[in-house]
Amino acid sequence: MSEVLANTSKGHIEVRNFSLAYETIEGPVQAVTDTQIHVRPGEFVSIVGPSGCGKSTLLNAVAGFLKPTTGIVTVDGDRVNGPSAERGMVFQQYSLFPWKTVRENVEFGLKMRGMPRSQRERAARTLLGLAGLEAFEKHYPEKLSGGMKQRVGIVRALATGPKVLLLDEPFGALDAQTRVIMQQILTNMWQRLKISVLFVTHDIDEAIFLSDRVYCMTARPGSIKAEIPIPLERPRQQSMMMSSEFLALRRGLMSLIREESLKAMGGEINDMGMQGLNIELHGHSLADVI
Amino acid sequence: MSSPALVRHPEDSMPATAIAEASRAPAATPLATPASFGTIALRWYRLNQGRLRATAIGIASLIAFLLVWHLLTTYRVVFFVRFTNVPSPLAVYASFTTAIHDPKFLMHILLSCRRIFIGFSLAAIVGVPLGLIMGRFKLVHEVIFPVAEVLRPIPAIAWVPMAIMLWPTNEQSIVFITFLGSFFPVLVNTLHGMSLVDPVLVRAAQCLGARERSIFREVYFPASLPHIFTGLTVGMGVAWVSLIAAEMISGQYGIGYFTWEAYSLVQYADIALGMIAIGVLGLGSSLLIRGAGQLVMPWRST
Repeated sequence: MSEVLANTSKGHIEVRNFSLAYETIEGPVQAVTDTQIHVRPGEFVSIVGPSGCGKSTLLNAVAGFLKPTTGIVTVDGDRVNGPSAERGMVFQQYSLFPWKTVRENVEFGLKMRGMPRSQRERAARTLLGLAGLEAFEKHYPEKLSGGMKQRVGIVRALATGPKVLLLDEPFGALDAQTRVIMQQILTNMWQRLKISVLFVTHDIDEAIFLSDRVYCMTARPGSIKAEIPIPLERPRQQSMMMSSEFLALRRGLMSLIREESLKAMGGEINDMGMQGLNIELHGHSLADVI
Repeated sequence: MSSPALVRHPEDSMPATAIAEASRAPAATPLATPASFGTIALRWYRLNQGRLRATAIGIASLIAFLLVWHLLTTYRVVFFVRFTNVPSPLAVYASFTTAIHDPKFLMHILLSCRRIFIGFSLAAIVGVPLGLIMGRFKLVHEVIFPVAEVLRPIPAIAWVPMAIMLWPTNEQSIVFITFLGSFFPVLVNTLHGMSLVDPVLVRAAQCLGARERSIFREVYFPASLPHIFTGLTVGMGVAWVSLIAAEMISGQYGIGYFTWEAYSLVQYADIALGMIAIGVLGLGSSLLIRGAGQLVMPWRST
């Protein structure tokens, strides 16, 4: 088990001078430009930003699915060259293997590493027990609720003992109540494992509630607009979300994102032609009108 | 179990709310209460009402079909279509009871089954791996796909003269035609399945440490299985179509030949018997494939 949940104090993510462009027929389109972020070992860092700002692109580059056009992504000094088991990933669409049972899904990473069957079965059972899923080990994912699926997704990503955990809007498809529970579970697991977490979300409350630090991105082409430390004490309770401290952070982040969202929308609306939409600005900015 | 930090406090590892959520999930099994036989029977009836209804109506409709057939033939109805020479169900049944004891009839059936087995198996053994490889490796796809697209629209029956030239024996050419009939549906559906594999699942496997071969085995192949089985089912249907046509044209044995021979020998009851035998064999073989599919893909049943 020790190598399954290796509790190293490593997992230093660094993204330097990062930019990423897609090739299109009209030439390259910048998705992310001039971005620097870092996650210290054991830190919980979120990235928020308006939709389409490239936060998932950035995360996918850290995972190794996308190659940066310029700049470099390193984990503990080693350059990221492609996906690997040392960077666990949790997806919004759960992406469990439908043809594998819950336990087989969790075992997958260990199987890839060549761990013998009996050993990985035991490890998977222990992990499922921690997530309260031992009763469902033989079920196929299709039979599970969204929250349970995502718990399996998180456990599966943690099973190989990765240095960092990357989550791409993992709770975006869940209902509000389940989302809150999942945030608690994730916090618990993170505190036990002392693993570095990079978390992408568009939910500001979620980002503040979970993180040590939040990066706010600009509208496309995305770059880091602000870096906000979250000094809220841990363990954090749901009630904390009503505290003045929390609300102040929320207001700050909200206005940052609102600005960027409007910029993004304004761009689109201008592209479509304001006359066609019958919007008269009368010298006001779009932000004032909306 | 040398991860004390994780294992020591399993009781506080989950908030109670999460456990509550787990217990109201759809997968939770109902609490078993002791029930009398009567209650269980009633429950079974209620749960299976839809299926029972469908079965009952199905049987009734088959009986109605036989009855109409019987009436049309006993009164020798001529109304655009001529039922004068069409054998009645009872006549067909009589010829069935004699045929079942006739080793020649059984040999026709066995030979047809053997041709289907060899031709279809070859199609599956070649078509499925080829489809998987074409789906995964662009170059193979680019080389083979155009040829396949040109050959695919040619009906297997149109291959009969060519097959006779290609193969030294009649038997081989019939098997070849059966193979061709099922090969293309298998290939095309496997390819289709490969093209629909969710790229996020491939990514998930990659960041769990899976390399190319494992991804192929653990993601691409199982993800394509439902379409592969669609291809096998369609392929089996076309295999029978092709086989019967080939047997009627160039065969000396087989159920298709039996049916055609019955017409030549003016044994009208045997025509219908041959047709029914073909129908039953086709139905049986597609049921076999469906059963195999359920065995191979347990996550899709129930």
